[in-house]
Amino acid sequence: MFDRKALKELEKRRKEWENSNYIPLKERNPEIREEFENLSWTRIAPLYTPMDIGDKDYLKDISFPGEYPYLRGIHSTMYRGKIWTMRQFAGFGTAEETNERYKYLLAHGETGLSVAFDYPTLYGYDTDHPLARGEFGKCGVAISSLRDMEILFKDIPVDRITTSMTINGPAPVVWAFYIANADNQGIPRTKLGGTIQNDVLKEYIAQKSFIFPPAPSMRLTVDTFEFGYKEVPRWNTISISGYHIREAGSTAVQELAFTLADGFAYVKAAMERGLEIDRFAPRLSFFFNAHNDFFEEIAKYRAARRIWARGMKELGAKKPRSLFMRFHTQTAGVSLTAQQPEINIVRVAIQALAAVLGGTQSLHTNSMDEALALPSEKAVRIALRTQQIIAEETGVTSTVDPLGGSYYLEWLTDRMEEEAMRYFDRIEQFGGVIPAIEKGFFQREIAEASYRFQRELEEGKRTMVGVNKYVMEENLDIPLLEMDRKGEEIQLNRLKKLRAERDQTKADRALERLRRAAEGDENTMPYILDCVHAYNTLGETCGVLREVFGEYKEPLIF
Amino acid sequence: MKDLAQRVMKGDPRAIARMITLAENASPEARECMKVLHSRSGNAHVIGITGVMGAGKSTLISELAREYRKRGKRVGIIAIDPTSPFSGGALLGDRIRMMELATDPDIFIRSMGTRGMLGGLTGAVYDVVEILDASGKDIVIVETVGVGQAEVDVIKIADTTLVVLVPGLGDSIQSIKAGIMEIADVYAVNKADRPGFERTMAEIESLVELIADRGEERTPIIPVIAKEGKGIPELADTIDAHRKKMEGTKEFTLHRRRRYEAELVEIIRKRLMKMIFDEDVFRDRVEDLIDMIMRKKKDPYSAADEILSQVLK
Amino acid sequence: MERKIRVLVAKPGLDGHDRGAKVVARALRDAGMEVIYTGLHQTAEMVVQTAIQEDVDVIGLSLLSGAHMTLFTDIAELLKERGMGDVLVVGGGIIPEEDVPRLKESGIKGIFGPGTSMDEIITFIKENVKG
Repeated sequence: MFDRKALKELEKRRKEWENSNYIPLKERNPEIREEFENLSWTRIAPLYTPMDIGDKDYLKDISFPGEYPYLRGIHSTMYRGKIWTMRQFAGFGTAEETNERYKYLLAHGETGLSVAFDYPTLYGYDTDHPLARGEFGKCGVAISSLRDMEILFKDIPVDRITTSMTINGPAPVVWAFYIANADNQGIPRTKLGGTIQNDVLKEYIAQKSFIFPPAPSMRLTVDTFEFGYKEVPRWNTISISGYHIREAGSTAVQELAFTLADGFAYVKAAMERGLEIDRFAPRLSFFFNAHNDFFEEIAKYRAARRIWARGMKELGAKKPRSLFMRFHTQTAGVSLTAQQPEINIVRVAIQALAAVLGGTQSLHTNSMDEALALPSEKAVRIALRTQQIIAEETGVTSTVDPLGGSYYLEWLTDRMEEEAMRYFDRIEQFGGVIPAIEKGFFQREIAEASYRFQRELEEGKRTMVGVNKYVMEENLDIPLLEMDRKGEEIQLNRLKKLRAERDQTKADRALERLRRAAEGDENTMPYILDCVHAYNTLGETCGVLREVFGEYKEPLIF
Repeated sequence: MKDLAQRVMKGDPRAIARMITLAENASPEARECMKVLHSRSGNAHVIGITGVMGAGKSTLISELAREYRKRGKRVGIIAIDPTSPFSGGALLGDRIRMMELATDPDIFIRSMGTRGMLGGLTGAVYDVVEILDASGKDIVIVETVGVGQAEVDVIKIADTTLVVLVPGLGDSIQSIKAGIMEIADVYAVNKADRPGFERTMAEIESLVELIADRGEERTPIIPVIAKEGKGIPELADTIDAHRKKMEGTKEFTLHRRRRYEAELVEIIRKRLMKMIFDEDVFRDRVEDLIDMIMRKKKDPYSAADEILSQVLK
Repeated sequence: MERKIRVLVAKPGLDGHDRGAKVVARALRDAGMEVIYTGLHQTAEMVVQTAIQEDVDVIGLSLLSGAHMTLFTDIAELLKERGMGDVLVVGGGIIPEEDVPRLKESGIKGIFGPGTSMDEIITFIKENVKG
């Protein structure tokens, strides 16, 4: 990127600078720490110069936004053309309560919905399942049937907004609820836009809300890919997620490497089924974390785009939409503190800024009270306002990839890409992502990183403001969310009524047909849709799949 | 204390659990109880299960236990994990594979750390087997740590030793065969649906051939897929057949003798160590002797002679 | 021989956030304790039966879904019912201040929120476990 002669001269001058300026000063006034490391334990030098990126070819390695390898962004105009989608993850209690919250968020300028489901729903259980005890509506909304989905989106125009749903194991069934709700309103499936997370690999690796073993899970995922591009073409049938890998304690490098490895594993699985890469790949989307180390996060998003573009090209993708990586970002829940919760607003703002400077397509900003409980309305509003300030007051949206060309950032981007590649090699040695999961490779890597971080925190090598430094006694004055205490009862009655009123023969027949499809190798999606249209519940529909596919048990890794 | 032993013999889980703790901590009360319990033990079929890490031992044990429950047998399981030599702590995670058995009143599972013992077992394991045996368990399964070292100690305690292998560990079979392969009464090849299964079977068959004396019956090799419960009934049949075949034979009596011999040695060892290292008089003397060894005023052999002669006085 | 503290680390309920539970388990191991880990999705019955069989001195419960009021108290009550009321029970997770008194009353002696140091947990266990 720089001519050789100039670099030679620079090298000489840099040495001079180091000897005559940097080192003497450092000896007079020692630096705060002996070593500076980022959150992936990468050593950071005191200064970066053109020397650190001198061997790069601008047109090949960096290029223009909207052009291969998409390092600088997926669109040529980026936020000058369209601000990212402000999408706040929300859901609690009954469908009625969450429906109210959605309308509140839309009224305050949110541009897309994002559904949080409660734990029973995430595991494919109805609210009346014994394992659901105590969990109803706690971490999201309980959706046990099409009836609940109808209430959740009551008076919300599903043909005009996009909806993201954080659901994995039972994703095909919950997606079917959403589609069936639109079917019943006469809205064509081609008009539906949104995302199902549907990323089971990261469930085995980090989030642990898995149901089935890997092989049938991958099959269901590919079923949704195929059904998606044929029937619901505007839908992102997967959101390949690093978020939870990071929340489980991984480093940024691990988040990057493991997420992309998962991504390529899905692509290969779909290709093995005979799906054409340029038909399904445009509907693959990603989901990353925005953590505290500002530059490392920005470098991570940029590296991710380049690795994905290069990898997809190698796999034979041709369409730009198959090559460029679109992603959603959420600020790091794990970085929030229960101590002095108001300071979380600041953390979130900085993390969100990193996501924007990294070129995210949509963003969720966490609420300050999330280390204490589900967010209150006010806390959610402040979080949303944070995004609006970044978008409309700071001016960072005026030019594309404003930090591109920073010696440090470009060096770090390259370095993270290299480290991700090294992880790919190690995963390959296991025979791919699934064997590596079964051998506990990812889990072990994450557990190591998370334990190491915790130790360093306790030794005072890392700072968490308000936790191990600048600690103070305080009386918490955060209003917490109050939920309808009758919610569970309402939901249980609704389930009972649904089971009593539906056409049982029709419902049973649909389940039987799904069973046969699952035992064979047909695409299961049409059968799942029939099941939910016949008002079979989530638990009943997943129950059939559980019987056919069995349940996954994880290897124990500390 | 007699009361505790009585409750153990009635199968009371809390009494069994407490008894095991006392035995593990080598407390004096444990001794009195063990004297009572001994008369009631010797009926259980003790199955030792060993094999490399990642062979799926815990899952296999879980399935085997379920199979024995179907056959109306009461089952005790001892799962052993390594104790950290640095901290003395241990992470005991084998149970995670067996949690579905946790609520069955006729299954008793106990996790133990090796607490400084080599050979894949823990010092108290003889006691714990005896406790579970006396509590009325028909089957007592002992799972060794499985870290690849020669875990041959299990043979001393088990009536039937099961070695679990998996496909794709071809090289490791070669490397471990010296110790572990000879001790098997039964082999289970787990994950039989994995690629490389045929090869692993062939390798074990040839090893079995190599080890067996001419004309002797070959050690049975049972393919299983523990995760799906496949092959488990056959495995249980084979294990039972081994015990049945052994019963009443000279080898069986000899084997039991060896087990009690090992137990006796272990008890004596523990008592001696306790006498030397737990009692202040000796402890101080030991420290003095070490000082002298450090200063080359004495050699370790003479120091040992001195201590032993005092202890045995 | 030195008596070792035996701890059961359990994750009742459905949430899969096991980072905290595992970090704590490792830290307790490094502090010289014997730690039995149950894995995910444990019912109260499973936790209590395991505690009985393993004869543990301490039970550490970890739950981040917000279901602690139901599930922690279920376990505490079942323990008392089975005569295991003397076991030290501690809990961790996202637990609002206002829930703490009721949890303590039900028999959960220590409650540890986000940001608790491992040392604090270890010290609490060593000081409160019955001798």
